[in-house]
Amino acid sequence: MRATTSIFLVFAAGVAFSLLLLNNDGLLIQIWVNFADDVDFLIRQHIYLVVLSGGLAILIAVPMGVWLSRPYMRKFAEGAMQGLNVGTTVPTLAVLALSMSFLGIGVLPAIFALWIATLLPIVRNTYVGIREVPDFLIEAATGMGMTRTQILFRIELPNALYVIFAGIRTALAINVGTVPLAFLIGAGGLGELIFTGIALDNIEMMLAGAIPVALLAMLVDFIFLQIQTWSISRGVNPLR
Amino acid sequence: MIRMENLTKIFDTPDGDITAVNHVNMEVPAGEICILLGPSGCGKTTTLKMINGLIPKSSGKIFIDGKDTDTVDPVELRRNIGYVIQQIGLFPNMTIEDNICVVPDLLGWEKAKSRKRAAELLELVNLVPSAFLKRYPKELSGGQQQRVGVIRALAADPPVLLMDEPFGAIDPINRAVIQDEFLKMQKEIKKTIMFVSHDIDEAIKMADKIAIFKDGVLEQYSAPDDLLASPANDFIASFLGQDRTLKRLSLLCVDDVKFGEEYKVHGEADLANAIAQMKELGHQNIVVTGLRGRARAFLHLNDIMGKKGVIEEYRQALPAVANVKEDLKTAVSTMFRHDVSWLACVDDDGFYKGYITQKAISRALSAIYRDETLNTKR
Repeated sequence: MRATTSIFLVFAAGVAFSLLLLNNDGLLIQIWVNFADDVDFLIRQHIYLVVLSGGLAILIAVPMGVWLSRPYMRKFAEGAMQGLNVGTTVPTLAVLALSMSFLGIGVLPAIFALWIATLLPIVRNTYVGIREVPDFLIEAATGMGMTRTQILFRIELPNALYVIFAGIRTALAINVGTVPLAFLIGAGGLGELIFTGIALDNIEMMLAGAIPVALLAMLVDFIFLQIQTWSISRGVNPLR
Repeated sequence: MIRMENLTKIFDTPDGDITAVNHVNMEVPAGEICILLGPSGCGKTTTLKMINGLIPKSSGKIFIDGKDTDTVDPVELRRNIGYVIQQIGLFPNMTIEDNICVVPDLLGWEKAKSRKRAAELLELVNLVPSAFLKRYPKELSGGQQQRVGVIRALAADPPVLLMDEPFGAIDPINRAVIQDEFLKMQKEIKKTIMFVSHDIDEAIKMADKIAIFKDGVLEQYSAPDDLLASPANDFIASFLGQDRTLKRLSLLCVDDVKFGEEYKVHGEADLANAIAQMKELGHQNIVVTGLRGRARAFLHLNDIMGKKGVIEEYRQALPAVANVKEDLKTAVSTMFRHDVSWLACVDDDGFYKGYITQKAISRALSAIYRDETLNTKR
C-alpha cells in the first residue's frame, strides 16, 4: 500500500513539473525537438554504463558480503568493513580521477570507478543483513539438521534479503546519479548534455540531460522496489 | 531411549579449562520425559546440546536407542531428533506450513505427504489448519508460535525430542495450558523426551524423572515424588525449597488417598444406621446420597446423637466436594477455603466416591517418606 502511494506521489509531482515546463513557452517541447536524437543516443550509453557497472557490482558485492559474514571470516570481517566504510567516504569524482590516472580515458575507467562506488553499500548491507539474522535461528536450523549451505540459502539469505535490497537500491541510486560524471573521463552518457549545457549556459541542453537522468534514477529505483516488494517473503517484508 | 556414559565437557577458555559437564551417567527410558534441572551454569543445557552434537563432547558416550551417536553423521543424527529451543525459532521467512515441514523436506519426503502431516499436527494442538498453514510466524501469538515450535519438532516423527526451556518465554497462564496440552499429546505419542527447565514446578508437573545438576555433576536422578520426599543432599533440599512437601501435593491425586466409599446413607435410611456407620468408620460425618448415589448432603454425629426421626430433617448442605481426578493441592485448597477438615469426593457425574480428610493427606505424605527411608536402607 505504502509503496503504491509513494509511487503515485512521485508520478503526480512529475506530471505537475512537466505541465509547468510545457506552459513556459513550450520549453519541454523545444527540448524534445532539439535534443531528441542526442538524448536517444546518449541515454543508451548511459544505461549501458549503469547496467554494466551496477550489474557487476551486484554480482561481486553480494557474494563478498556473504563471504565476510561466514564464521571463519569473523576475525577479519570487522576490519574489512571498516576499510569499506572509509572507502565510501572518498568522493566518487575523486574515484573517477584516480581511476583515470591508471586506466586512462574511456569506458573502462568509468565502469571501474562506478563499480567501486556501487560496490560498497551492497557489500555492507549484505554483510550486516546476514549478521543480523538472530543466532537462535541458526541454532534452530542446525539443530534440525540443516547443512551450512542449506542454512545460508534457506535461512540467512531469505531473512537478510530486505536489507540486501535496500543496499542495492542505495547503490544504484548513487550509480545512476554518478554516471553523468563519467563524461568527464570520456565515457559519454547524459553527462555530455549536462556539462556542455553548463559550459554554454544553455538551459535547454542542460535540462535535456538532467531530466532523463532524473527519470532514469526514478525508473531504476521503481524497478528494484518492485523486485524487493514481490520477491521477498511476506513474513520478513515490511513492504507487504 | 537415551543413555549417557561418562559424558564430559571441558571448555577451553582463556582462564583455563572449565569442566561444564562432569562424567554424567544417566538413562532416559523410551517414552519418558526427563527434565534436567539446576541453577544456571550447572551444565544442563550443555548436556542437552551434546546429545544432538550442537556442542561437541569432550569425552564419554551417548547412545540413542542403543546406537552410539558417534557412528552417525551429525546432520543425519539431528534430522532424527526433534529439537525445540527457548526462543521458539520459527523461521520468519517461511509460512507455518513450510516451518513444520522443514525436517520432512530435508529428509526428502513427498510434498503431499509432509503437507498433510503439517495439517494433522496443527489439529493436534488445536490450531485450525486452514487458518494457520499459510500464515507467517509474525502473525501468530506467542502461545501459538510455541505450539507450532513443538509440532515442528515432531513433524518427521523422531523417536527422541530435545527441548531447551521450551515453555520459558510464555506468560504463566498460557504456559500452564500448553504444558497440559503437551502432556496430553505425550500420552499418545510417547516420545523419549529430554527437557531443560529452571522451573521446579514445571519439572514436578511434567517429568517422569528429574535430573538435578550442580556444577556439571548429576546430583540426583529420580522420579519427582522421590526427589521431593527424599532429596539426596542439602543442596538439592534447598534447591527444591522449604515447601517441597507442599509441592508433593500436586503429584498426588484425590483418588490416591480417598477412603470409605462404602460408607454412606441415603435420604430415607434410618438415623441408627447412620450412627452405626459413623462409629464403624470413626468419623463424625457421613455423606447423604441421592437415590442413584450422587452426593447430596451430610449428617454430623452431634446433630443426630440420641435423636429420632428421618435423615432429611438433620442433613446439611455439603460446603464443597472434591473431584477424584483433582490433585491434592486443589483439594487442600478447597478445604482451607471452606474451613473444613474433610471433603466428600465425587466423580465427574457427581456420584459419591469416598472421603478425603486432612489426616489422610498428611498420612499419605509421610507414608511415602517412610517407604523411601526403607528403600535407601535396603
